[in-house]
Amino acid sequence: MKAVSARQKKKPQVMWRLYLVVGLLLSMLALLVGRVLSLQILETDRGYSFLQDQGDARSLRSAEIPAYRGVITDRRGEPLAVSTPVISLWADPRLLADSERLPELADALEMPRSELEDRLRRYQGKRFMYLQRHRVPHEAREILARRIPGVYGEREYRRFYPSGEVAAQLVGFTNVDDEGIDGIELAYNDWLKGVPGKKQYIKNLKGKMVRDIGVVQPARPGKDLRLSIDLRLQTLQHRELRKAVTAAGAASGSVVTLDAKTGEVLAMVNYPVYNPNSRKGVKASQMRNRAITDTYEPGSTMKSLTLVAALESGRYTTDTLIDTAPGWIRVGPKTYPDPRNYGEITLSRVIEKSSQVGVTKLAVELGHEPIWEVFRRFGIGQAMNTGFPGESSGMLPNRSRWYSTERIALAFGYGITTTPLQLARAYAVFANGGVQRPVSLLALEDELPEGVQVVSPDIAAQVLDVLHAVTGEHGTAKKARVDGFDVGGKTGTVHKVGPQGYIEDSYVALFAGVAPVEDPRVVTVVVINEPKGEDYGGGAAAAPVFSAVTSGALRLLGVTPTEFPEEDVAQAGSSQGGAA
Amino acid sequence: MGDYVRQMPHQSSADLAKPPSTAARMHIDVPLLLLLLALTVYGLFVLYSASGQSMAAVVRQGRYFAVAYVIMILGAQISLQRYTRWSPWLYLGGVGTLLAVMFFGVGAKGAQRWLEIGGFRFQPSEIMKLVVPMAVAWYLSDRILPPSFRHVMAGLALVAVPAGLILQQPDLGTSLLIAASGLFVLFMAGIGWRYIIGALVLAIASAWPAWMFVLKEYQKQRILTMLNPESDKLGAGWNIIQSKTAIGSGGWEGKGWLSGTQSQLDFLPESHTDFIIAVLAEEFGLRGVLLLMTLYALILLRGFWIGVQAQTSFGRMMAGSLTLTFFVYIFVNMGMVAGLLPVVGVPLPLVSAGGTSVVTLMAGFGLLMAVSTEKRMVGQ
Repeated sequence: MKAVSARQKKKPQVMWRLYLVVGLLLSMLALLVGRVLSLQILETDRGYSFLQDQGDARSLRSAEIPAYRGVITDRRGEPLAVSTPVISLWADPRLLADSERLPELADALEMPRSELEDRLRRYQGKRFMYLQRHRVPHEAREILARRIPGVYGEREYRRFYPSGEVAAQLVGFTNVDDEGIDGIELAYNDWLKGVPGKKQYIKNLKGKMVRDIGVVQPARPGKDLRLSIDLRLQTLQHRELRKAVTAAGAASGSVVTLDAKTGEVLAMVNYPVYNPNSRKGVKASQMRNRAITDTYEPGSTMKSLTLVAALESGRYTTDTLIDTAPGWIRVGPKTYPDPRNYGEITLSRVIEKSSQVGVTKLAVELGHEPIWEVFRRFGIGQAMNTGFPGESSGMLPNRSRWYSTERIALAFGYGITTTPLQLARAYAVFANGGVQRPVSLLALEDELPEGVQVVSPDIAAQVLDVLHAVTGEHGTAKKARVDGFDVGGKTGTVHKVGPQGYIEDSYVALFAGVAPVEDPRVVTVVVINEPKGEDYGGGAAAAPVFSAVTSGALRLLGVTPTEFPEEDVAQAGSSQGGAA
Repeated sequence: MGDYVRQMPHQSSADLAKPPSTAARMHIDVPLLLLLLALTVYGLFVLYSASGQSMAAVVRQGRYFAVAYVIMILGAQISLQRYTRWSPWLYLGGVGTLLAVMFFGVGAKGAQRWLEIGGFRFQPSEIMKLVVPMAVAWYLSDRILPPSFRHVMAGLALVAVPAGLILQQPDLGTSLLIAASGLFVLFMAGIGWRYIIGALVLAIASAWPAWMFVLKEYQKQRILTMLNPESDKLGAGWNIIQSKTAIGSGGWEGKGWLSGTQSQLDFLPESHTDFIIAVLAEEFGLRGVLLLMTLYALILLRGFWIGVQAQTSFGRMMAGSLTLTFFVYIFVNMGMVAGLLPVVGVPLPLVSAGGTSVVTLMAGFGLLMAVSTEKRMVGQ
């Protein structure tokens, strides 16, 4: 009862205390609830929506679904670049680093164990590293089937180039991430690559996928691209060029063939080449699409353009007589010799013989302005806008003061530079009745792009006749002839330029020609860079390539021969009647 | 008495003449038991999700609860006089085991907290959570209340010895809890306000020296982390950031049972122990939190009610102190998880996985029931 009495005495004070405590505690609980409330419901700074996003940010992951890259084909649909599905193996180094199954993994990857350990050390603490990229799917699946913790697979596409080195420089290549790096692959990367899709999944702290939410946005495959080249012609040219470059011991070479009517590039090859499917150790010099990127002095191939200037002046016809005696001419400090004294010859013959004396007299008579103006009109030094990476525009200098030698050199095609493709475009003007069309690397689907009449059809026809004569009895390019067809063209042999000016015994051999001359279908330019030995000239080193290539091109295009080899005349005549 | 009748309509004043009900005879406080059972079931549901849907974890926790309920009911049978008589011996035994821990204890993570006897491990500091308030209450129950200065000092000494021993294990959290439970007894004994105010002033004044000399580096780090968890997102701040994210992303309705991304995907550390409230908040939303808080609030109110109705000052002091201790558990745990208090290893009472705290708490509730039924006996 002592306790009871104590209670009765002290109770009021203690009760008061208790109520105070209860009130205090309940308000503290309310504080906690308020805290939770502010985290969960209220839209305070860093409140509900922020934390909800944070929650998603931790667990919700999107992954890219790789998009299929478009196929590049030639004009007939032959594949030049195709994508095949592969699997790239990657690892989470944090999970893999201490794995006891490293030896097993190294064996499966056919990778030395030390290399695997080195790489794990390098990526220590990271969450991602590639183990091996682009494995053949069934091999990769075998490795993944071992279920080594921390090893994962990722679907990707790998580019293959069925035509190999034949069209390597034109088509270009992609990097390991399927992005275009060079050539058409780079120029049309956006067109080809498509849009990757998106899928979402939920992952746990260890990065493991625990639930697949599904595809949020399907991958949109890239679009296909049809190039203007004909793989058959391309292959033929590749073979012929390689043969010629190796035979001449040359440093490099290019051949480009245009469709005379449309401006489409039917073939474009270079040498040396590389295998785009295995690029290890390939030098940059092998990768260049020289026909577009490299410039050369066009030399005597420009004389046909000088001829245009002469004909346009109205003072000359192709039959105008020009005295080239005594076989050399002096302009300022320089002397220009011909191989021998041709005497008095027609303007046509001046081009046929590529007479230095004749062209010099022409240049002196005409002045450099009309010649320069014709060059510009034909697109020398003008961008081609093919969009090809590294396309060069060449150079047509517009000097304020011309030295007398420079004026003459211009008429010879010295002191200017063009790419092989530019040269082909210039010659296509003769082949297409004086109309110049834009050069196209893609097959033209609809109507032809608008052409520009850069020279009258009449003059174009006259130049064609002269070009035909160049391959004739008196011309410098007899080796350019093609059995069964009349062809025309112009040789060029230029000294290479070194640090101290022109190099004595280093040349570039050129040939630019059209076929057949009656109704030209193809324009081909051959450039052989630094041929060695006796046959360094355009007529000896480049013209035979033109002949071989053009013969194949005309056959592939199904052009009817205009004249038949004599032993076949009777036979062919009976079956083809008046085709000639 | 009238208030009590309103609370318990099934036992109207007309029934007073009747023999005591079964529950009363078994010394069981029915409202408290029902509340505890509800909390237990709720907690096991949350635990199943928080343990990564491990039925084994739920069964293990269920076994702890079974033991704990048995201990609670057994504890309720013992009369308060007996508790009073045992208190000094329990206290001496407790301090003895604490000393034994100091010399022969085993530990983990740099702390020596456990005593191993014949393969059975236990943590003496847990028992002290009950024994210290009992001892203080025993000491004061014979004195004239409010206690004189001398008695207050003696009570403080009773608290300080075990608290100090536990502090050096080191286990700051438990030490503070035990100190608090003893001080609550002093408070319930009605010590003068000057002591309380003096203690508060002393506490604030000692904050700076404590920071400088007493707190260990990792403890300071925890406090700094609480103030700015973003400063070390991947290290010390990780727990708190993940738990805040879990709570916040639950919203009003929650993400649904077993569907919390933070907890199910292993982002939330200690999700089944100290941070289990974050799982609950994420999956059941604010509704779930409010339900839990309501259960806790009702248990607290019931505990205080028992204290108010206690017949002896020992009973009153014990009931008040045990209830306050229970509250401190809740507040420290939830404050920690919600980022209001530094991270200390205090489980969410009766919800977090783990046997020790469940057994201790339920033993405390057994004592509380002993207090509540004592009153009834006297009333008749």
